[in-house]
Amino acid sequence: MKNNDVTEKKSVISINNLKKSFGSLKVLDGVNLNIKLGENLAVLGKSGSGKSVLIKIISGLLKPDEGTVTVLGLEVDKISPVELRALRSKIGFSFQNSALYDSMTVRENLAFPLIRNKTNLSKTEIQHAIEEVLNEVGLPQTIDQMPSELSGGQRKRIGIARTLILKPEIMLYDEPTAGLDPITSSEINSLIKKVQAQYKTSSIIITHDLTCAKNTADNVAILVQGKFLKSGSFDEVFKSENEIARTFYEYNFINDK
Amino acid sequence: MKAETDNNGKKYLFSKSLDTVFLAVNNVFKFIGLIFKEAFTAPFEWKEIINQCFNVGFKSLPLVSLTGFIIGIVFTKQSRPSLSTFGASSWLPSLISIAIIRALAPLVTALIAAGKVGSNIGAELGSMKVTEQIDAMEVSATNPFKYLVVTRVMATTFMMPVLVLYSGLVGMLGSFMNIHQNEQTSFAAFIKNAFSTISFLDINSSIFKAVCYGFTIGVAGCYQGYYAENGTQGVGKAANTAVVVAMFLIFIEEMIIVQFVNSIR
Ligand SMILES: Nc1ncnc2c1ncn2[C@@H]1O[C@H](COP(=O)(O)OP(=O)(O)OP(=O)(O)O)[C@@H](O)[C@H]1O
Ligand SMILES: [Mg+2]
Repeated sequence: MKNNDVTEKKSVISINNLKKSFGSLKVLDGVNLNIKLGENLAVLGKSGSGKSVLIKIISGLLKPDEGTVTVLGLEVDKISPVELRALRSKIGFSFQNSALYDSMTVRENLAFPLIRNKTNLSKTEIQHAIEEVLNEVGLPQTIDQMPSELSGGQRKRIGIARTLILKPEIMLYDEPTAGLDPITSSEINSLIKKVQAQYKTSSIIITHDLTCAKNTADNVAILVQGKFLKSGSFDEVFKSENEIARTFYEYNFINDK
Repeated sequence: MKAETDNNGKKYLFSKSLDTVFLAVNNVFKFIGLIFKEAFTAPFEWKEIINQCFNVGFKSLPLVSLTGFIIGIVFTKQSRPSLSTFGASSWLPSLISIAIIRALAPLVTALIAAGKVGSNIGAELGSMKVTEQIDAMEVSATNPFKYLVVTRVMATTFMMPVLVLYSGLVGMLGSFMNIHQNEQTSFAAFIKNAFSTISFLDINSSIFKAVCYGFTIGVAGCYQGYYAENGTQGVGKAANTAVVVAMFLIFIEEMIIVQFVNSIR
């Protein structure tokens, strides 16, 4: 999937001149973004640059100060709570720290979005859906464990499973591989690719990890001082002479040099 | 600094810290307004309300039973000598029942629940807030305010009267056992004596108190937890502040309600 393939497809997320500040701290300062159906975009940027804030605005958890954010044809900050809830059931949000409900077992965690959104499902249908996503993320044995009994990588994958269970049209991954060993990271990378292929999702993948960006994304963008400094395909961005892009690249692929 | 003046619509009325207090009070009233609004709009979270009632009510029973029983015995023992000096120890049951039903059962039960239930709610919601579980609930298309806050406040409000009446009965039982042992009063005589002085107003005002205290405990716990900040440190602070604020407010409400009830007695 190269750039040209997706240009004719309809856009699922489009952001225009987005600005967001917290008090006197300007976090986002004119972000423009366009994601086409089936496209994976990796967003890179150093810690505190506002990557998490960006996807929280896309899912309506934070309100933009200025600019328009259109998701699946709806402006997230203008629609009614009922419309927003309906929209959210089509967006999967995988949190930076997994955010599993720690008073519930893995089974209850996975059942929660399903029960809350589709009231007409039978017990067996729910059970079936839970088993399906657990197999998808490769953790069927954890079904009756509590989140506190899982490792960090397992929690991440259960967090992704919890968002997949509603078969979302858009996935937002907040640092899916941060703090994980290379083997688990590459498993998660293949999972992200598999989700894109299988569910036809469009995704934003926030990451510091260039291997993850290279393997999972069609395009990458670098967020610096509240704006996208550079965006395009992986090679376009990292073969450029831009200093920040080079710093990212050299840190991640130090052996290349 | 700017935000404070904006929200109040005034420049510092008294001082910065006083105005902050007013702003917090304003936010709490907004919070309460939202609870009422969400509590009366469909869909209702019946299953979760019942679940929380079980958490608040049933799980507090052992503690409430023990303290109610001990208070009944201790208060009887302590009151006996002074009544005996007037040769009035036969009045013991009626004195005890007034003390327990009117004052001790509501106040002591509420303080215990503030400690147990209030801190529990503050810590639970606080940790859900700082680990983004509340955000996760919101993005999975659930209204977390309704699911977490409204259900807990309803549970504490409904269950507190039940706990108060229960602890009153257990306290009377403790008192009866002590009186039976010392004065050989029969159960029938004890009941007759005890309830002759208690009016419907006493029971109703205790139930009213319990409803207010339950609501206070629920709101204090939920407000502190729902707006917890600063990681794990914030969770501890939320639980702690929830208890302190709830206990403080319970004493103030006690004073106001007693004044009011005495004026219509
Ligand atoms: N709710 C909030 N209130 C106030 N400030 C916030 C809030 N959320 C984020 N910020 C601030 O916005 C800035 C960007 O935060 P954000 O979490 O988006 O960073 P990030 O790019 O995701 O970093 P990391 O890679 O470490 O996760 C930070 O300086 C943070 O302090
Ligand atoms: Mg982040």
